[in-house]
Amino acid sequence: MSPISRGFHGRHRESEVDKSRVPPGQYVTTDFPVLSAGPTPHSPLENWSFSIRQAGDTRKSWSWEELRALPAEDVTVDIHCVTKWSKLDTMWQAVSIDTLLEQVEHQAQFVLAFSDGGYTTNLPLADVTGGKAWVAFGYDGRPLQPEHGGPARLLVPHLYFWKSAKWVRGLELLAADEPGFWERYGYNNYGDPWREQRYAGD
Amino acid sequence: MDTLDGNAIGGLLQEIFGTEMTDAIGTCGTCGATGPVAETVVYLHAPGTVMRCRICTAVLMVVVQRDQVNCVDLLGLATLQTS
Amino acid sequence: MAGTAVRGRLTWQDVTVVAVTDETASVRTIELEVPDWAGHQAGQHLDVRLTAEDGYVAERSYSIASAPGEPVAITVERLDDGEVSPYLTEELRPGDEIEIRGPIGGYFVWPWHEDDSPLLLLAGGSGVVPFRSMLRHRARIGSSTPAKLLLSARSLPDVIYRSELDALRDGVEVIYTLTRQQPPGWSGHSGRVTNALLREVAWPISQHPIAYVCGPTAFVESVAAGLVDLSYPADRIKTERYGGVGGP
Repeated sequence: MSPISRGFHGRHRESEVDKSRVPPGQYVTTDFPVLSAGPTPHSPLENWSFSIRQAGDTRKSWSWEELRALPAEDVTVDIHCVTKWSKLDTMWQAVSIDTLLEQVEHQAQFVLAFSDGGYTTNLPLADVTGGKAWVAFGYDGRPLQPEHGGPARLLVPHLYFWKSAKWVRGLELLAADEPGFWERYGYNNYGDPWREQRYAGD
Repeated sequence: MDTLDGNAIGGLLQEIFGTEMTDAIGTCGTCGATGPVAETVVYLHAPGTVMRCRICTAVLMVVVQRDQVNCVDLLGLATLQTS
Repeated sequence: MAGTAVRGRLTWQDVTVVAVTDETASVRTIELEVPDWAGHQAGQHLDVRLTAEDGYVAERSYSIASAPGEPVAITVERLDDGEVSPYLTEELRPGDEIEIRGPIGGYFVWPWHEDDSPLLLLAGGSGVVPFRSMLRHRARIGSSTPAKLLLSARSLPDVIYRSELDALRDGVEVIYTLTRQQPPGWSGHSGRVTNALLREVAWPISQHPIAYVCGPTAFVESVAAGLVDLSYPADRIKTERYGGVGGP
């Protein structure tokens, strides 16, 4: 049992917080920590695209201009990182994944989000549709910074934030579930913060 | 957020391997580059600790700590040799 | 390198803070009482672990500032957006306990007993800490290994251990470069460490020198690349990155 370090508090944490908004085991922060598993990609917008792929084919693809021409919304959500920090009322500008997926006919039950730099993460289709997920290109009224996943990242706030893939470039439609990067290394396949599904087997 | 190098996980590696590892020599399984663990690129504080090859950025090692247990994946390394 | 590093499993131990010394406005040296300290080598570091009342845990690594044989000490720079450094540099006081693990490292150490090649020590800001251990050790053992320390700092008041460094003699040369502010009449170097400055300061490769580079990641990578341009062999350049975007 580690001794308590007198007077140590860690990052500033808001104590006046509605605890019902904080999943088990989480601490609320006002910072926005940057966590990465690899180098920050720098993808020029003229080469950028978001694609829906299936079985090796590109079913539909949007350039940056095409994505930005789609109806977008202001989204305010709480986000929860598996490393135990939560940030409340984060504000994003984003295109709903529903807007993208409804342009493709398919019967896939799962998706694998893929990003510049090779990062992947898997989700059930039901968790990226029905208004639950977005491709976010703005944060706090400004263009999403590269360190936070810009030009665009996935935003799936009801799951741990490793599912909100930074530098996202598309979704692979899958018939069967397939683990992504952290899922392969021992993290939970689903990742519900309210059931504290951090690791495989939780 | 700047990257670190293998020196930053010297303690973690010694905990895992039972010996000092920063001067151990690894070979990248993707590009064949060889060098001391201390010179690899390390991403700390992610959901896990990720060690990448400085030359080709391939993942060499990932450590995920859960409930006081270290889960180590070394598949990205072709070889790892202590001094 | 048998016998040059602690082998065997490390364990966390509770240690007591004995003294704190402010080195600069944002840098503090913390001396620790470590029962059963196994001894360390110049260049090694230790891990510090802090636990808050609500169970929150933070861990960081710090280079050991003391020479082997001296009381264990670390030197910590306060980072404005830091989580641990503001606590260690402002709140922690003698009598407090912290957890440490160490000593750690077998790569970034000075193998003085088997290699008396000239030392080139290149420090960016707080990267000077492991070099203080090396230079103090060098003095304690009466070594005549030639050593040069090139230290990059924002300004003269930001130079850590300045009076100690200015007093070094006996084959040690200390060169400063001040990157943001120079005192009136400054005749030393200004600006970042450039390839030109390296060329001027570095031991010629014919002397088979060994170079150590320590400090913020950007500093280390720029300087290491400069040494490669001077034809220093890769295995004669040792690097230790502190991360961060601060520093000179």
